[in-house]
Amino acid sequence: MLAACGITSAEQLFEQVPASARIDHALNIPPGLSEYEIADTFKALGAKNAVGYASFLGAGVYNHYRPVVVDTIVSRGEFLTSYTPYQSEISQGTLTAIFEFQTMICQLTGMDVANASMYDGSTAVPEAAMMAVRVTKRNRILVARSVHPEYRDVLNTYAKNQGLPVEEVGYDNETGQIDLNDLEAKLNGETACVIIQSPNFFGIVEDTNAAAERAHAKGALLVFTFAEAVSLGILEPPRAADIVAGELQSFAISPSYGGPFAGIMAAKEQFIRQIPGRLVGATKDTNGNRAFCLTLATREQHIRREKATSNICTNQALVALMATIYMELYGKQGLRELATQNLSKARYLAGKLKPRFSGPSFNEFVAVTADPEDVNRRLLDRKIIGGLPLAKYYPELSDGVLLCATEMTKRADMDALAEVFHS
Amino acid sequence: MIPNKVRSHLVQNEDLIFEQSSPGKNGYQLPPLDVPEVDPAEALGAANVRATIEDFPEVSEVEVIRHFTRLSTWNYAIDLGMYPLGSCTMKYNPRINEAVARIEGLAWAHPYQPESLSQGVMEVTERLEAALLAITGLDAITLQPAAGAHGELTGILLVRAFLEAQGNPRKRILTPDSAHGTNPATAGIAGYDVQNIRSNDQGMIDLEELARAVDTDVAALMVTNPNTLGVFEENIMKAADILHSKGAMVYMDGANMNALVGIARPGDFGIDVMHLNLHKTFSTPHGGGGPGSGPVAVKKHLEPFLPTPRLHRKGDTLTWDYNRPQSIGKVRAFYGNFGVLVRALAYIYAHGGPGLRNATVDAVLNANYLRHRLRPYFDLPYDRPNMHEVVFSDDRQSAKGVRTGDMAKRLIDYGFHPYTVSFPLIVHGALMIEPTETESKRELDQFVEAMIAIATEVDTEPQTVLKAPHMTRTTKVDEVTAARKPIVRWKR
Amino acid sequence: MNYPENYRYTKEHEWVSLEGDIATIGITHHAQEELGDIVYVDLPKPGAAVEKSKTFGSVESVKAVSDIYAPVSGEVTEANEILGANPEKLNEDPHGTAWLIKVKVSDAGEFSHLMPASEYQTYVGAES
Repeated sequence: MLAACGITSAEQLFEQVPASARIDHALNIPPGLSEYEIADTFKALGAKNAVGYASFLGAGVYNHYRPVVVDTIVSRGEFLTSYTPYQSEISQGTLTAIFEFQTMICQLTGMDVANASMYDGSTAVPEAAMMAVRVTKRNRILVARSVHPEYRDVLNTYAKNQGLPVEEVGYDNETGQIDLNDLEAKLNGETACVIIQSPNFFGIVEDTNAAAERAHAKGALLVFTFAEAVSLGILEPPRAADIVAGELQSFAISPSYGGPFAGIMAAKEQFIRQIPGRLVGATKDTNGNRAFCLTLATREQHIRREKATSNICTNQALVALMATIYMELYGKQGLRELATQNLSKARYLAGKLKPRFSGPSFNEFVAVTADPEDVNRRLLDRKIIGGLPLAKYYPELSDGVLLCATEMTKRADMDALAEVFHS
Repeated sequence: MIPNKVRSHLVQNEDLIFEQSSPGKNGYQLPPLDVPEVDPAEALGAANVRATIEDFPEVSEVEVIRHFTRLSTWNYAIDLGMYPLGSCTMKYNPRINEAVARIEGLAWAHPYQPESLSQGVMEVTERLEAALLAITGLDAITLQPAAGAHGELTGILLVRAFLEAQGNPRKRILTPDSAHGTNPATAGIAGYDVQNIRSNDQGMIDLEELARAVDTDVAALMVTNPNTLGVFEENIMKAADILHSKGAMVYMDGANMNALVGIARPGDFGIDVMHLNLHKTFSTPHGGGGPGSGPVAVKKHLEPFLPTPRLHRKGDTLTWDYNRPQSIGKVRAFYGNFGVLVRALAYIYAHGGPGLRNATVDAVLNANYLRHRLRPYFDLPYDRPNMHEVVFSDDRQSAKGVRTGDMAKRLIDYGFHPYTVSFPLIVHGALMIEPTETESKRELDQFVEAMIAIATEVDTEPQTVLKAPHMTRTTKVDEVTAARKPIVRWKR
Repeated sequence: MNYPENYRYTKEHEWVSLEGDIATIGITHHAQEELGDIVYVDLPKPGAAVEKSKTFGSVESVKAVSDIYAPVSGEVTEANEILGANPEKLNEDPHGTAWLIKVKVSDAGEFSHLMPASEYQTYVGAES
């Protein structure tokens, strides 16, 4: 091969790189390891984390069982090792799966159109807000304080640099739902959108219709976000929303220390050309057979460049495929039964503790205890990871701890947790 | 002529899952409930409970397995053969990476579990940070961005924050006309105007043009190096001097870093900030379009502005530091695409320092080999040694009515994925070919034979090329109707 | 191709016809040919102001977007509704039924500064 290139040593290949830019030393990285050594290294690293603990953490990342079929399918090289399906003729597998994904997201959320995925819920929210700004040509964003604090952080990072003022709407101290009076007071003719989450960060189901009515009365859009997708198995979908941006981690995506997850973006039909990211559409091939392809690409960065709806390129296809498989395995009946189990477990746990809010909750709730950090320390002794103390995110709720129960939570662990809370 | 790489075989038809659905079927099992079952309407209020998920599928487990297995056979993949998409770096995805990412203590780590029970995942982060800094020669790094474009946004926000701290965020970002579309799109989202810089007749940054464009309103130049022609920007250090002399910065799009690992470090040639695509250079699978990961490495002066939290070591203990008053904030919840980080670190461990350099050498050798083998048949608008990829134009073939896109489709019939078509924009009718280090001489030679056969067909039977592909289950797709009357979901 | 003699043309490949103070604006046959199959047309609503040489809308093919520049200034009185559901008309009849917008012009003098058909014909010939 060197001879074919007209050179005698591979080093000559790099003569185009100025000598002053080249490094004259080896990388400060030790020599390669065998497969066995690599496996061993990571097993040791894995063992330095919580293994064998019961956990009551939720707060945007949920412990749900992952059916083994999911990994069987996503491990197939044809899904794992293919690129974005630009070449329709040899990408129909991925394209068909994405079309099913988009359809099920619409069915779950009550929206008309959905894209192929976003990075995660936290980045889908600012993308939805920017979309609302494009649609309404207004620039103020209202976000409920009960939206996930990290989603709000990311929203602020994006908004700050585009000159979009973001204002928080408080929550009702009794119910834990958005404070509708505060919302009405803050809505005005400059408001592009109101962002609410349901179940919200406290696990409380919001009155989406009430928030939507108020937003729409002022010509603003309602952006609905969710972090716990299982809730959609039983909760009324947010039909009154204009844009839905959420997180699918609950659907067979392992917590993996916070990622990779899969975000979604869905909307009413009339906003289809303002949706960011990739969209798959149905069409036919030259033989008249059903076929799919990426469509409405003119919205995207590789064509519209600085005028694109977003700079998003790579998204979360393989992770979205996990969620697709999960939704098809559970199906209509399964998601409902799963959601009911989650609801039942959380109710059982809440019955043993002191919930902070009175609004209806799904599989999470805020419990009150004098010293959440102390409770958590004592729980660790019993190999239980307690809930999330809220002081760091909500100083006004410093006696609050956010607890989650799913179908994976065992009654015995809930009893043990309650015992520590009360001792 | 179809060479021996392909022959036809049976592929099964498959309906959409919704069309296979029948009431009452399911593919899951839940354990019996060990607490009293709650009535949803009672617990949540009847108005909050949905009647059903209309038209949601109802199928069995084996139907799901067969469904996706059949669909999978309609895809091309690296596991089936060479995938020479220029700029995308389609290299082999080692399976040990997949195995270690699924280790329980890593895959099931919750981002809010106590730090004392997260030392292993934090150590993965620490080790990867160190390796990537060694490779880039920069001073600090964040692993939070979820993909390349997300890294670009993070990097430009860092530039903006730094300039703002000095009193003026400035107005413009410069991008060469050969840039990836994400560069100008990113600059727009970060609140900057975009100014295009014309390349010189070598396809490189034109230093005079650059000097004319740079003034104190310019925040940064976004440059890809090696550029999208696969050529190292030989004047990169002079370009950096021009920017720095006016207080502006140089952002490097690291999409092509696989040409430099172990050879040259951006930190040594004037780069202030850059992103890496772990799903390109570091072998994490593309997965049909993600997940990716786009770490951003910076020089010391940008470090205070990196996203929160930052990993911090105190003796034997790792902690997350949230007290970062100058930070741009968070660009993503939690700590980034951790599962992708695990895979990238496994790749680095498998290669080690010397192996990483070898991979670069092989990738560059493969691309140069293709240039030499194919140049008798295809026009080479910028005829000079290349790094990891080579860009031809369809000049000779388009004169006969056959364009790059047509030849790309014909390549499918020969058992290969097409090269990147019509990019970079500065080459008219571009064929952008990146073999990566993965390909053996045998696979490369088969590819060359296929390309030569297509070039011959353009002369002898152009209709065969124009109507390609002929061998695929799905023939050419009507993208026009798809865009005119968008149908993006199934309906009964 | 015969470009209508009573129209005037721009270097960005728009055409204008003027009746009284109402200008009808479209894109030329050459422009639609360069774009290929047109899939979407984005137009301003009646009442919107357009300004000479500023973009007022865009035309999309599968893989490209082209901005459309106003050849004259004025206020939009009508946008061609058939293009919403039938963008392909722009490929079929760009100089006739597939006009884009009608504008009440603020300065009729702008019209006379545009290229007549013969000049545009030569310009297109030279460009291709």
